[in-house]
Amino acid sequence: MDAIKSWLGRSGLASVAILAVLLLVVFPLAMDSFRLNLVGKYLTYGFVAIGLVMLWGYGGVLSLGQGVFFGLGGYAMAMFLKLEASDPVSTKIQSTPGIPDFMDWNQLTALPWWWEPFNSFAFTLFAVVAVPVLLAFIVSYAMFKRRVGGVYFAIITQAVALILTVLIIGQQGYTGGVNGITDLKTLMGWDIRTDEAKTLLYFLTAALLLGAILLCRWIQLSKLGTLLLAMRDKEDRVRFSGYDVSMFKVFAFCLAAALSAIGGAMFTLQVGFMSPSFVGIVPSIEMVIFAAVGGRMSLVGAVYGALLVNFGKTYFSETFPDLWLFLMAGLFIGVVMAFPNGLAGLYESHVKPWLARRKQAPAPAGTGGEPPAPTTEPAHKPATVATATTAASATSPSLGTKISSQSV
Amino acid sequence: MSAKHLPPEHLSSSSRRTFMLGAAALPLALAMSRMGHAAALPTAQVNTTGLAVTDTEVVVGQLHSATGTMAISETGSIQAEQLAIDQINEMGGILGRKIRVIKEDGASDWPTFAEKSRKLLVNDRVATVFGCWTSASRKAVLPIFEKENGLLYYPTFYEGLEQSKNVIYTGQEATQQILYGLDWAKKEKGAQKIFLVGSDYIWPRTSMKIARKHIENFQGGKVVGEEYYPLGNTNFNSLINKIKIAKPDCILAAVVGGSNVAFYKQLKAAGITGAKQFLLTLSVTEDEMLGIGGENFEGFYSSMKYFQSLENENNKKFVAAFKAKYGPKAVIGDVTQAAYLGPWLWKAAVEKAGSFDVDKVVAASPGIELTTAPEGYVKIHENHHLWSKTRIGMGLADGQFKVVAESPELIEPNPFPEGYQ
Repeated sequence: MDAIKSWLGRSGLASVAILAVLLLVVFPLAMDSFRLNLVGKYLTYGFVAIGLVMLWGYGGVLSLGQGVFFGLGGYAMAMFLKLEASDPVSTKIQSTPGIPDFMDWNQLTALPWWWEPFNSFAFTLFAVVAVPVLLAFIVSYAMFKRRVGGVYFAIITQAVALILTVLIIGQQGYTGGVNGITDLKTLMGWDIRTDEAKTLLYFLTAALLLGAILLCRWIQLSKLGTLLLAMRDKEDRVRFSGYDVSMFKVFAFCLAAALSAIGGAMFTLQVGFMSPSFVGIVPSIEMVIFAAVGGRMSLVGAVYGALLVNFGKTYFSETFPDLWLFLMAGLFIGVVMAFPNGLAGLYESHVKPWLARRKQAPAPAGTGGEPPAPTTEPAHKPATVATATTAASATSPSLGTKISSQSV
Repeated sequence: MSAKHLPPEHLSSSSRRTFMLGAAALPLALAMSRMGHAAALPTAQVNTTGLAVTDTEVVVGQLHSATGTMAISETGSIQAEQLAIDQINEMGGILGRKIRVIKEDGASDWPTFAEKSRKLLVNDRVATVFGCWTSASRKAVLPIFEKENGLLYYPTFYEGLEQSKNVIYTGQEATQQILYGLDWAKKEKGAQKIFLVGSDYIWPRTSMKIARKHIENFQGGKVVGEEYYPLGNTNFNSLINKIKIAKPDCILAAVVGGSNVAFYKQLKAAGITGAKQFLLTLSVTEDEMLGIGGENFEGFYSSMKYFQSLENENNKKFVAAFKAKYGPKAVIGDVTQAAYLGPWLWKAAVEKAGSFDVDKVVAASPGIELTTAPEGYVKIHENHHLWSKTRIGMGLADGQFKVVAESPELIEPNPFPEGYQ
């Protein structure tokens, strides 16, 4: 029993299991279809946030351009769906039936060649991951091989985000411009706009997200994860030990890009359109905030961060339509000032010691001597995110404080 | 510009000038008779689809950007819709029920518009929504309104190429705004060589496409330049050089947002002023004038269906009521007026249908007239756009427009113009 518990604690699977119960059981039972669909949308940002945990928290590379990959993944999926929605029958009022409506408005008379492959769903699934990863590889390889890092790299990722936004808006005949790609209806004949479809897509998103967390956790526990941490803290030492530091960074960047892209594709499926407003600098920074609020060392914490920030956004804007921006700003400033390591850090510094104290104290009547399980915590608290820092503290006991002083 | 251009129906309603300051409302006689009849209608009868309608209240949604870059444009629409709803409530509401508004902020972000529209339709079950401004936000919410069978009153003049069962377009579509303006430019100003310039997105692109076809195929004129600039662009020096070389008789402009300010200031700085150059724009209303400054736009012309300076009784009441509510400095642009029409058109359709059910309101909408519209008189076409007149206003230094021309007849909306695609 103790052995299992310690293994769970070490691998952090307990916290993942709690998140899984929350996403797959509690939310679907507690929420109506509309709210569940919103959570599904927030979870797609969770992909970006866990990507940032790997890249920023572990790899020490801050990217302010994750929206680029989120957008590319989303656009790839949107292109497939748009082609399916633009059959010659439903577009017969256009000058050129059978091409997407925005192309027709922009006086295009034929489908551009690079749109053609997106008629295939298999190719689309491949492109959702491959296109963003390829771009991520080119950008990061060019930068890291030249040992461009830190703030300079962050600025370059911002520039990429800006370039892509301008490109998408400017080439509206090919991309739908500022409107984006809208009016997506079916996926291989399956109407994605129904409540049933949205519920199914929610579960698919949640399952993929949990899978992604497990994958990242596995990487963190492997030698690669340790190397990433080592590289973040003393890059030169790792390099002098004979490791090709730049390729590890490239890997982390590509991994984060792939995760963001999957999130983007799931976003398109659930929301029913894609627009350049996800690609730009502001959404990219917002995505970093998700990770910062949740705790950038904690995969599960980052998902809670994405959920909390977006719940806040929706709740504040519905309840105080005139004030909500100020409240959001207050939330960000408050979290960053009070808990520099995010919600996961809050758990580490306050909840965990408190739990430990309770454990040592004689068990109060009624609990039956069971150790207080993290599930007794309210859902919105980052129930268990001990994991990340546990692994981290293996390398450096004082890491928690180091992180905050070192990054950004 | 007085009651003489209005259809005769208007005259019957002018007797109620004493009724209520600014109640630019449905004809009183009609309203009174409907109210008596309405009180008798039980909720089960007027609401068979589970909308948020009770015996005393009907809930509607309002979805505009109260924050973000579009807030400056959409605030006028928010205010005008609120004014109309307040006035309707003061008159006793619709079918004996007061209107309650749920306000949502689209935050200038298209996905947020989609999220909020779904919230209004699915969670709040609102009877109708007044909202959206940019084409992008409308495109984002359109599939949701069609899927959930909602009803949207959309106020902005726009590119056309759209017609939805679930949307009533209270602004002009592109041909209404452009063709009369070009014909006037040719007749009054002898414009033969025309230079087209716009911001680079769907509305200016489509508008200029229509303009080019009209100039080349129907007017025998010539397009001597066509330039687009990214949204937010503030450097027009190269454009000004091209204009100076091309020496057009007319510049047809559809520059929007912050670019507008830079565009007119730089034209003035380069000596291209209203006194020397004829310029007709599709995108400057009284609202934009606040940013541009009247002195930079003086002598240029704008093609719109409404100007604040229209001198008819409806408009005088509307302007007075608007200023009474939002302060003497408030200005009213074309879209603000179109937004004001939304609640009134909905009221008329609901009363005609005797029901809040979206399908019945939609079915009742074609043919609905509004003789009390500030712009004079409008009527809903079968294609869900409005019959309306187009006016040419000349910019004045004080930021207002002097109306110099007006289409003699109501112009038929034609969102899918043949020969212009």
